[in-house]
Amino acid sequence: MTSFPWLSLIVFFPLIGAVLCFLVKAESSRWVALGFTVGNFLISLPLWWLFDSSTANMQFVERASWISSPPVNYSLGMDGISFPLVLMTTFLMPFCVTVSWTAIEKRVQLFMSMLLVMEAAMVGVFVALDFVLFYVFWEVMLIPMYLLIGVWGGPNRLYAAIKFFLYTLAGSLLLLVAILALYFQGGHTFDILELSRGTYGASLQMWLFLAFFAAFAVKVPMFPFHTWLPDAHVEAPTAGSVILASVLLKMGTYGFLRFTLPMLPDATVAFTKPMIALSIVAIIYGAYMALAQSDIKKLIAYSSVSHMGFVTLGIFVLNIQGIEGAVMQMVNHGITTGGLFLCVGIIYERTHSRQILDNTGLAGPMPRYAMFLMIFALSSLGLPGTNSFVGEFLVLAGTFVWSQFATAFAALGVILAAAYILWLMQRVVFGTPAPAHRAHLLDLNARETATLVPLIVLVFVLGIFPNPLLTRMHASVTNLLNAQKAPAYATAPQQPALPQPAATMAAMSSSSSEQAAAR
Amino acid sequence: MMYALIPLLPLFSFLIVGIGEQWIKDRAHLVAVPAMVGSFLLSLMALHDVATGQAVNVTLYTWLTSGNLDIHIGISIDRLTAVMLILVTTVSTLVHIYTIGYMHGEPGYARFFAYIALFTFSMLMLVMADNLLQLFVFWEAVGLCSYLLIGHWYERASACAAATKAFLVNRVGDFGFILGLFLVWYSFGSLDYATVFAQAGQLASKTTNLLGPFGGTWDVSVMTMICLLLFTGAVGKSAQVPLHVWLPDAMEGPTPISALIHAATMVTAGVFMVARLAPLYNLSPTAMTVVALVGALTMMLGATIALTQTDIKRVVAYSTMSQLGYMVMACGLGAYSAGMYHLLTHGAFKALLFLGCGSVIIALHHEQDMRHMGGLKDKLPVTYWTFLVGSLALAGFPLTAGFFSKDDLLVSSWSAGPLGQVLTICGLVTAGLTAFYSFRLVFVTFWGKSHVDPHHAGHVHEPSTTMTAPLMVLAVLSIVAGYLGIPAFLEPVFHGEGAGAHHEGSAALSIMALATLMGLTGIGAAYYLYVLNPGLPDRLAQQWRAAYELSLHKWYIDEAYDRSFVRPTLSAAQGLWKHVDVAIIDGAVNGVARAVAWGGWLIRLTQSGQTQHYALGMTLGAVVILTVYLLL
Repeated sequence: MTSFPWLSLIVFFPLIGAVLCFLVKAESSRWVALGFTVGNFLISLPLWWLFDSSTANMQFVERASWISSPPVNYSLGMDGISFPLVLMTTFLMPFCVTVSWTAIEKRVQLFMSMLLVMEAAMVGVFVALDFVLFYVFWEVMLIPMYLLIGVWGGPNRLYAAIKFFLYTLAGSLLLLVAILALYFQGGHTFDILELSRGTYGASLQMWLFLAFFAAFAVKVPMFPFHTWLPDAHVEAPTAGSVILASVLLKMGTYGFLRFTLPMLPDATVAFTKPMIALSIVAIIYGAYMALAQSDIKKLIAYSSVSHMGFVTLGIFVLNIQGIEGAVMQMVNHGITTGGLFLCVGIIYERTHSRQILDNTGLAGPMPRYAMFLMIFALSSLGLPGTNSFVGEFLVLAGTFVWSQFATAFAALGVILAAAYILWLMQRVVFGTPAPAHRAHLLDLNARETATLVPLIVLVFVLGIFPNPLLTRMHASVTNLLNAQKAPAYATAPQQPALPQPAATMAAMSSSSSEQAAAR
Repeated sequence: MMYALIPLLPLFSFLIVGIGEQWIKDRAHLVAVPAMVGSFLLSLMALHDVATGQAVNVTLYTWLTSGNLDIHIGISIDRLTAVMLILVTTVSTLVHIYTIGYMHGEPGYARFFAYIALFTFSMLMLVMADNLLQLFVFWEAVGLCSYLLIGHWYERASACAAATKAFLVNRVGDFGFILGLFLVWYSFGSLDYATVFAQAGQLASKTTNLLGPFGGTWDVSVMTMICLLLFTGAVGKSAQVPLHVWLPDAMEGPTPISALIHAATMVTAGVFMVARLAPLYNLSPTAMTVVALVGALTMMLGATIALTQTDIKRVVAYSTMSQLGYMVMACGLGAYSAGMYHLLTHGAFKALLFLGCGSVIIALHHEQDMRHMGGLKDKLPVTYWTFLVGSLALAGFPLTAGFFSKDDLLVSSWSAGPLGQVLTICGLVTAGLTAFYSFRLVFVTFWGKSHVDPHHAGHVHEPSTTMTAPLMVLAVLSIVAGYLGIPAFLEPVFHGEGAGAHHEGSAALSIMALATLMGLTGIGAAYYLYVLNPGLPDRLAQQWRAAYELSLHKWYIDEAYDRSFVRPTLSAAQGLWKHVDVAIIDGAVNGVARAVAWGGWLIRLTQSGQTQHYALGMTLGAVVILTVYLLL
């Protein structure tokens, strides 16, 4: 294992920039932020090749004592589950800077600085291996996000910012309680890996599960804890929306994967059914909500609820296709929904409206913009060849092993996704422009093109060649499932399936009649 | 490996023209056409290789792996694939050439070439797939191209609505497809055709209890479930009842698209799928029956609607739907090679008919209403004569390709038991209707008095050679395709089917005679009604008002869907949002906030800042504590 402190570098490098932003003029602070976010991505990029996909162990581990009593360590590490999320975060941040280039006019230094603080905290959450450290990063994220919405947001920004802050904080407090409970029950340590190896009593697991659930379900957000999301998105500036949708929501699902599944295996199995039910409700309900919206940003916000439903669904079916699909879907949602929010921000700068009916017929005056928007939209509805299909397909495949009926319901969400996305496209991309705005509809400039093209490329690269990313997950996900003490259905149908179908068919919610007779 | 270029050449063409759209502009065909010709020539070589017994199997790369899910993207060519390759590349090449003239001067010229190249690539990958997921991926990809091309004239609201409708209706079908695909993977542990077909027999008698999760018992054969779910996808893609509603609306797209995608290739993917998966369908008689009945129903429904339509393209569109019904019906009756045979000849003559429509439409400055045509046969001689050949083939006129394939199809159906015989009779009746509406189209458009808008009537002329040449090639193919021995070539693919099935001498002869008779009767009736007695059709329409309206309004199926699916979904979404999300869920969240604020306000009352209030509070508190202390 390499001794070079890669992860510390990725966490703290943006903070240097965050300080630097205050020392320069507004104009230069944009360049500082761009330099540091791009720099941080370049620093994180070698990890793609340095990452060893054959092991499930934590990699690039760093460990130093922080507080001796209670024993809190500064320890960082990365496995196949956090790895894609870190790279996605560092990849997306430069575009948050470029899309804010002209959109943010007041207090530019503070804004750019907050973006960089945000990046440090988000990467920190994904690589922290100590619970206290994790919690520090987790809570630190709230402050810059609160400011992003509250200072640079829309007309109703204070309501949205406070709602976001209080809602997440309420969940986080229960997370803190759970962390303390684990500390006292798990051998007086905050080490996440050690706590994951421990075993806990059944009723303790239940309570801890609920506490974790409170924190993570709000973040995801799972139905019915989602109502902060549309408000926060609508009010947030574009960069805030992108960070919120692409990275912050993933914290919740990451929490389920990192803590709930390995530490509370029995409670996880016990809560499987309600969690899957909530996920499917989120998929369908979110899609219905999206159908009802007339504000583009709200529509995309509700579509996030639906898409994140696929992620939680994949996690809780507890098999390899489900979880790998869930991680894929986390990355995909980050890219696709991030791209959609960037597109909305770009059109908002021109028309100063997010209403669908104010932004019609863009294909004529803005052909390049229309094409990019169309690509993100098609990815969002899970078209094969784009990234999202891979994630949704794997999640649905995993779900099918768990229950065919659940899959049928979840797949209804795919039809509804096509409905709300295509209806949006029909109105926004096709047709004729609203006369009032026609004059403002200039096609993308070089900066905006450069903001969107890398995401477009990734939409196709991950859609056409998903395997390099999937191979980097295999070991960690397999290990996670083994830690789950392998329920009967964890490994999906064995090859060949037919000679010994009993094991797999028994897990099938509908079993063959002859076996029913045998029982 | 060289054969990988068959799909890759159109892909390169798409990338070059698509990315360089702004630069290449009206030179797009210089890239697109040679690429297609190259692809066509390679397909011919592949056909030759396959015919001499060398099957092609190449794995291009591993797409995704997860657990035991292991999906490769590859190309595999057998006899069935080879004939599809020839069909796709031939029609696509001709349509590319035709497009040069048809889309000349349009602002979206390069974009159009990019999309048809992307379509051709996807369609070729679809037919060359060696596993179900690859089939599904490119199945969706051709759907995407169809969507983009229907919406090519994006400023027309009707075109955009049609595009969305096509995509959505197909999504409904694909919902079944993907569930079927999962069931295949779940049952066989693989999605590769070869593995699945090899194990299919073992699964034939397996059943699954569909009501298991709800405590009930309803045992259904797994194989039937698989076949029916996959067939749902075919119903969407091949415009079968009840998911046929998108195809006529898809005529909003430019006419070359109607010929390539919505007649000759993409819409036949469903038929191809059923034929490709014949080893599975053969194991489920129930599924086969459903397939046959859906096909027969579509066949008749399409023909009855085509009788009264006045938009020249819609008549041809409904006839496509009806002919697809024939093919699906044949597959459902186990006559796969007959179905595929009809698919191929239909590809030639229907592409011809659509391109002919395109010539008429261009000549009349985008007029599509038959009632504003008439008398065009002298002004558009090439179009007229080629169109006549196409119509004769569609009507099953003796010695055309359509005659041989339809005859083969009906004879094979007849030999497939009692159901087959009933459906064959339906097929014969429909053949009469087909001949009638095709020649109604010919007579109203090309014969009789001119009803052309006088503004344009003076300068109606034959389009450029790039448009007429493809018509002539297709006209030749619409005859020749009947003499190439296609059924015999395909027979080895489906050797499970009773090989001697369609050679019951006397029955075969009588069906051939009957089919010919029906065709001639249809043509005669059209001649009587539209040439000899031009006023009669209107009088008949008055007399049979209800039936006429039913046909004209497409059996009111669109209206029914709008009332039962589209509007309820949208109002449910609005209702859920306003009355559940905003009122209840968010109401609860804000309610908690308000409750906390109210509690704070109550407690704040005690913090009045006046010393006497605090002194009173202290005294009262002391009294209470003291009382409690003393009493206890």
